[in-house]
Amino acid sequence: MLGRLISYAIGGVFVLTLLVAAFAPREAVVEDPNHALHKYPMKISWAQDGVFGTFDRAQLQRGFQVYKEVCAACHGLERIAFRNLVDIGFSEPEVKAIAKAYEVASIDDKTGEASTRPAVASDYFPSPYPNEVAARAANNNALPPDLSLITKARQGGKDYLHSLLVGYGQPPAGHEVPEGLYYNPYFANINIAMPPPLASAGQVTYAEGQPEPTIDQMSRDVSAFLDWAAEPKAETRKRTGVAVMIFLLILTGLSYLAYRRVWAELKSRGAH
Amino acid sequence: MAIVEESVGEDGVRRRDFIYVATGAFAAAGAAAAGWSLVDQMNPSADVLALASIEVDLAAVQTGQAIKVSWRGKPVFIRNLTAAEIQAANATPVSELRDPQTLAERTKEGKQNWLITLGVCTHLGCVPLGAAEGEVRGDYQGYFCPCHGSHYDTAARIRKGPAPTNLEVPEYAFKSDTLVQIG
Amino acid sequence: MSFPWAKHYEPSHPFMKWVDSRLPLPRLVYNSIGAGYPVPKNINYWWNFGVLSGFALVVQIITGIVLAMHYSANTLVAFDSVEHIMRNVNGGWMMRYLHANGASFFFIVVYIHIFRGLYYGSYKPPREVVWMLGLVVFLLMMATAFMGYVLPWGQMSFWGATVITNLFSAIPVVGNTIVSWLLGGFAVDNAALNRFFSLHYLLPFIIAGVVILKIWSLHIPGSSNPTGIEVKGPEDTIPFHPYFTAKDGFGLCVYLLLFFGVAFFLPNALGHADNYIPANPLSTPSHIVPEWYFWPFYAILRAFTVDFLFIPAKLWGVLAMFSAILLLFFLPWLDRSPVRSSNYRPTMKWLFVLLIVDVIILGWCGGAPAEEPYVRISQIASAYYFLHFLVLMPLVSVIERPLPLPNSITEAVLKGKDRDGAPIGMAQATNATISATPAE
Repeated sequence: MLGRLISYAIGGVFVLTLLVAAFAPREAVVEDPNHALHKYPMKISWAQDGVFGTFDRAQLQRGFQVYKEVCAACHGLERIAFRNLVDIGFSEPEVKAIAKAYEVASIDDKTGEASTRPAVASDYFPSPYPNEVAARAANNNALPPDLSLITKARQGGKDYLHSLLVGYGQPPAGHEVPEGLYYNPYFANINIAMPPPLASAGQVTYAEGQPEPTIDQMSRDVSAFLDWAAEPKAETRKRTGVAVMIFLLILTGLSYLAYRRVWAELKSRGAH
Repeated sequence: MAIVEESVGEDGVRRRDFIYVATGAFAAAGAAAAGWSLVDQMNPSADVLALASIEVDLAAVQTGQAIKVSWRGKPVFIRNLTAAEIQAANATPVSELRDPQTLAERTKEGKQNWLITLGVCTHLGCVPLGAAEGEVRGDYQGYFCPCHGSHYDTAARIRKGPAPTNLEVPEYAFKSDTLVQIG
Repeated sequence: MSFPWAKHYEPSHPFMKWVDSRLPLPRLVYNSIGAGYPVPKNINYWWNFGVLSGFALVVQIITGIVLAMHYSANTLVAFDSVEHIMRNVNGGWMMRYLHANGASFFFIVVYIHIFRGLYYGSYKPPREVVWMLGLVVFLLMMATAFMGYVLPWGQMSFWGATVITNLFSAIPVVGNTIVSWLLGGFAVDNAALNRFFSLHYLLPFIIAGVVILKIWSLHIPGSSNPTGIEVKGPEDTIPFHPYFTAKDGFGLCVYLLLFFGVAFFLPNALGHADNYIPANPLSTPSHIVPEWYFWPFYAILRAFTVDFLFIPAKLWGVLAMFSAILLLFFLPWLDRSPVRSSNYRPTMKWLFVLLIVDVIILGWCGGAPAEEPYVRISQIASAYYFLHFLVLMPLVSVIERPLPLPNSITEAVLKGKDRDGAPIGMAQATNATISATPAE
């Protein structure tokens, strides 16, 4: 009896405290004017979507070209090694040639001083800035993020990335864009420090037989490429997953039959 | 309450036995596949395999000098043999050796002055002395392992001490006169 | 083990005889999960979740040991080492996704297991210790999961660790001292990451130890069952093996289908995008949330927004959050009803449904940003949570009139579908048929 009273008392105190809080007057919430302007990413259909979707290798190679010629000026890709490019359809000699065009940090083996050497396939993409301070200094105190994980690190992933790249526009009347920033309704803060990277069609020249390099096309290609870069094992994962699921479906069926069999024996025994 | 008919085949094997065996076999196969992935994860990873071969520029290695490079986490000795050292190696009768090999077998044709071996004593894995300037080179003027006193000659063949075999020659190929790819 | 009619282990092979007479391990297995453990024959699929929880623990330990072979617990390289696992280690992506989603699925089966215990009164005598050991496992799981989430050293890892360890700063007088002791510094940093890794590796083995104690204590009275009435004789039970090994095997396959379906095809659906950004102590993400399995408790923590009775709101929140879990230890004494199963408790059945709805609402609020209407909803829902356990449950257990119980498990099984509302005349007495009436 005493225990029950203690329990009522403790419960009563918690409930009372919560009800006081629930009925306490709320301070008026100041609506963030940017909130109304914010847009959710467009829904885009991708070759790699779905259980059986695979990356479009030609698209990834075009996307790599866009990254190399446009994004790489400010954004690193530090978790991708040149050898990984074999996955998107480059041959080993092509990868070696791509790597050779990059200079990576090294140490002079005679003087011990910092120097550079041409990259080899096992090297990772060098970042455009030596450190964060230098990156901020060169970009009006905004830090261009490394792009190796960008589609996993942003809600909406590749849809968001594409929406952001093509989403620049004129601000609506009454919206003031601060100096040095650009209007982009897909960006969480509406005003983004990155100038429109894809400014005009044909900014990148695609090889013969590839689609027209419109802004939309370049944006899709580089978004697909960065989606691959965020998880190069995604195709392997889905392929393994399909095999695992087929195996498990069969095993589930068999184990169900075995279970019914075992219990059927019990029932037949019970009836005799 | 249902009474289940047990279908008994000609050979007396009942159908439910098949289901139990099939379920057990499938489950075992699944467990084996899962087990393999647990084993495989300990194999060298992709970034380690990517460093499995290296390229070394030999232009700066003078006759009589040796350099040490790191390959797959182990030292590799690259020695530019002098004519005297080559002669000493060739003068040794192969029949006298614990691990009979000629210098020619341990170098590439036309590049007999380039002796490329792992810097790992075949006894218990220490790094022998002799590759750096001024180090002890042992009784046979090659390499000397201080751990248990193995002496190697100018062709890095075992001559004295506990090591069972010559210093191992890794797989390598000359890509040009001064560029060698190891691995 | 638990009943006189339990089958005895009789090894037939000479080798097994030899082993059994020296180290009776085969006998232990036989009596625990073999033919020597008689189980009520009427237990339903909700009883699968105990075995599933044990399986989930084993999956976490195995994948965790594998991940620890490649992970580095240092703030400089922790994030990189996780990406190294994802990109370079053979099958590393699979191990990590199975481990990360395995934690979520572990909590899913444990929550179902807990709610099964709540509905069927499994916490009541003589199984109080089984229930309480289960709660100890639950607390250890929460600690393990929290510390595990810090290890990838992403933004959510860092800020989750910062927020949760700061809970202890609500303790009067010594709060800040405790926080800096926990962290080994004045903020979450290398020292904290290292000790979290050490403890994250240790705790699962302690959990496994408590699970063994729990199974031991379960085997004294034997498993409960959906009627809540005790086993009366051999006709009420069947051996665990082969009947429940077969049923659990099938249940396990269905569980694996769901688990692998998520781990292979939606591996990041239960995670948070911000944790793919390396930890940055100088910038907090705009909306930080714990993992989904903490949301109901997180909602209770945040529901206390007003200083009241001279206690600051922050301390109220911390007290309430811990109370919300700890009060479950007192359930065997809060619920005085002699009837275990809610099948025979018309009022409790509805309260149980309300509780589930309430916890789901709390979870939804816990995952939402701290703004209206979520705050007010979480305040009402938190109030109901305490009302349910501390007021309604003790009250209802005294005033409720339970439905008549069947005389035995076998009778309930023969009546089959009628068991949800036993027909009049089927049982003379209600309380008299319960062999273990709680002592007043």
